[in-house]
Amino acid sequence: MKFALAGNPNCGKTTLFNSLTGATAHVGNWPGVTVDKREGIYKKLEEKVSIIDLPGIYSLSPYTPEEVVSRNFILDEKPDCIINVVDATNLERNLYLTTQVLEIDVPVVIALNMMDALRSSGSKIKVVDIEKAFGVRCVEISALKNQGLDELMKVAYSEARRPRRGMSVLANSRISRVIEETTNKLNEEKIESPLFHAIKLIENDEIEIKMHPEIAKGVEELKTKEPKDEFGGDYEAIVADQRYKYISEHFANTVIKSQDDSGVTKSDKIDKVLTHRIWGIPIFLAIMFIVFHLTFSEDLLFLNGIFGLEIKNEGFINFLTGMGAEFDEETGAIIPLAGIPSLGVFLQNWMGWLTGAIIDLFRGFMPEGTWYTGLVCDGILTGLDSIFSFLPQIILLFLFISILEDSGYMARVAFIMDRAFRKFGLSGKAFIPLLMGFGCSVPAMMGAKTLEDEKERDMTIRLTPFFSCGAKAPTWAMLAVAVAGSFLGDIFVFSIYLLGIVVAIIAAIIMKAFSKNYDVPPFIMELPSYHAPQFRNLMAHLWDKAKHFVVKASTIITAAIILIWFLSSFSWAFWEGLVDDIDESILASLGKVLQYFFWPLGWAQGAEGWKFSVATITGLIAKEDVVATMAQLGLCDEAGETISFALSNSRIYAFAAYNLFTFPCFAAIATAKSESSKKAFPITLAFWFFGSYVISLFVFLIGLTFEVAWWVGLIVVLVLAGAVVLAGLLVSKRKKLQQA
Amino acid sequence: MNKYVNEFNIGEEGKIIKVIADGKIKRRLFDMGVTPGASIVLKKVAPLGDPIEVKLRGYDLTLRKDEAKCIYAEVIE
Repeated sequence: MKFALAGNPNCGKTTLFNSLTGATAHVGNWPGVTVDKREGIYKKLEEKVSIIDLPGIYSLSPYTPEEVVSRNFILDEKPDCIINVVDATNLERNLYLTTQVLEIDVPVVIALNMMDALRSSGSKIKVVDIEKAFGVRCVEISALKNQGLDELMKVAYSEARRPRRGMSVLANSRISRVIEETTNKLNEEKIESPLFHAIKLIENDEIEIKMHPEIAKGVEELKTKEPKDEFGGDYEAIVADQRYKYISEHFANTVIKSQDDSGVTKSDKIDKVLTHRIWGIPIFLAIMFIVFHLTFSEDLLFLNGIFGLEIKNEGFINFLTGMGAEFDEETGAIIPLAGIPSLGVFLQNWMGWLTGAIIDLFRGFMPEGTWYTGLVCDGILTGLDSIFSFLPQIILLFLFISILEDSGYMARVAFIMDRAFRKFGLSGKAFIPLLMGFGCSVPAMMGAKTLEDEKERDMTIRLTPFFSCGAKAPTWAMLAVAVAGSFLGDIFVFSIYLLGIVVAIIAAIIMKAFSKNYDVPPFIMELPSYHAPQFRNLMAHLWDKAKHFVVKASTIITAAIILIWFLSSFSWAFWEGLVDDIDESILASLGKVLQYFFWPLGWAQGAEGWKFSVATITGLIAKEDVVATMAQLGLCDEAGETISFALSNSRIYAFAAYNLFTFPCFAAIATAKSESSKKAFPITLAFWFFGSYVISLFVFLIGLTFEVAWWVGLIVVLVLAGAVVLAGLLVSKRKKLQQA
Repeated sequence: MNKYVNEFNIGEEGKIIKVIADGKIKRRLFDMGVTPGASIVLKKVAPLGDPIEVKLRGYDLTLRKDEAKCIYAEVIE
């Protein structure tokens, strides 16, 4: 047997699903769209029942992929019963979807969820009212407190064996005649669920008209015979209006509110602070800061930096914090690292220690200097290391995104930030994933899933790597040393971050201008009541994501890393065995070819140019490998503190720009592939490839003019900026004219 | 007095007379319960002046002023 859960977003459907299915749940994708499909098994009945969690929807209209997926599933796959989850604290709007589901010829049971919250506020619901009006069973439950679930399933199980004809709340409305005649026509053609299709046809539903063009024509004729009313023959409006009218007329007294209900909810009180006119934005920024601090800080609460609290990370404390100690190479003294690590750093240290120990263990076992030791240790295990060493921080960041989403705060962030982002074709919700990009692109791209609009999601994923991630920071620090003039180092690093943001904004505007009939997605969104996030939901969600990431990413990443290992460890005469020096490798000779490709960008010119090309390639493994490779090739020391190459500032800048905007690491590429839509991903790859080249070229050429004289550069920049602004104005003017 | 919801003052309540929009936006508004006859209260304006938060049918909804412009309502004194 097969039951489907249907309901509004935020109605507690996911909690119910997790309670019913437990460990049997697994996540897949609905065919053709990037919408999660969750399936699991309920075992407490006589036979096993598979449960499918449909995406949260407000209606069965044809406009969003979630709605289309749900509708097609119910109509085509014919579940044995639909459990319509209804938030009892928000009855009116939730029952709107119910009135549509009821029109389909399928057994339906209504699960009145959140009864615990309703009861604790002293209110009651007259369940009989709903059962009488709709003719289906209605069970009071609390998914959160695990109340009524077994009864719900028993009722659904018995209803599933009783075929049900669709019913409509519009049966006695003023459009009942049109409905009846259309239903009869569909009946003659032996179409299943005729009532549902009839009403959708009357609403001018795009999908239905395509399916039954002949009947649609007949419907239009029928409509012309009807008397005109205040809606002016707008049947979409009439149907929606009649549904809501029915609900408010029949269920006005179904919820018996307690006497002391002031109308000010707990959410209202929380929102007084969190979406405050003045404090809303600072509080949001503070929350984001805390998230980053807990994930990336090596000095928690700045206890060391500000308060001078020195924690000697030696011996047992070292063991506890996982921080380790640094050796001063000149004096040989141990410098304990001060400060308590944040949770993210702590876990990362431990994970690094663990993967490092495993690699060392294999190295100890296997004979030194053979190709298969290299394959295992430098290829496969290094690949796994690059997946797992970042996993703790990826998971932690994603956990924070999930908490913000589940608690209801994410919707408020969209509310607070929407105005600032709309100009770039993004809604306020895109802000969190993009900001997360400063930490790590992988959870940022995963977080983009909270965006409803597919185009916006693809665009956000595309821009995420421009927000310079933590692993790119060592590259900037190393290059900062190379930038002439000591005081420029800080400014250099800062300007790289700034460049990323500015380019992201410009790219967003350009993408918006060039994508056909792209309008900013409408922003009509529920602000759900605040809920304490459910531990079990969070963990289930995290487990899915981590599993998905490790499984999907590990194949791509390991394959890619083995390839790069092969290229860097063998010469063209690979049957002769490992090369002693990376200089003799295939990768080096490829670098010498790539040098010509990168030549126009400045930094690949000269005798050492190929080394920069090679470092860029190995950066795909993980961005911190840029510095590691440069050290291997003798361009700098391992810590990236002393450098031994001479490039002019403009070339250094162009190199930084290229590395910032080019492909992110394999892990992020793999994530982008699984999170974006099929047709967008190749464009995203092309965008990263060409975008980075063009920007790096621009940076180099502009830098050259600065090297002629600072004022020449300034004039060039001002002229270019002027041209960009002018072009922007022209484009927006043209768009406005087109609209008019 | 009749006016569009984007012209409401904070705390003002109205009864929706008409929804003037097309396609996706119209349907979305209807589905979210913005239909003629429903009462709507302006609760809040976002820190940057847009979007707005309204209460209707017992829940909170946020929408941009551009979309609120589509909702014509009679102000309840």
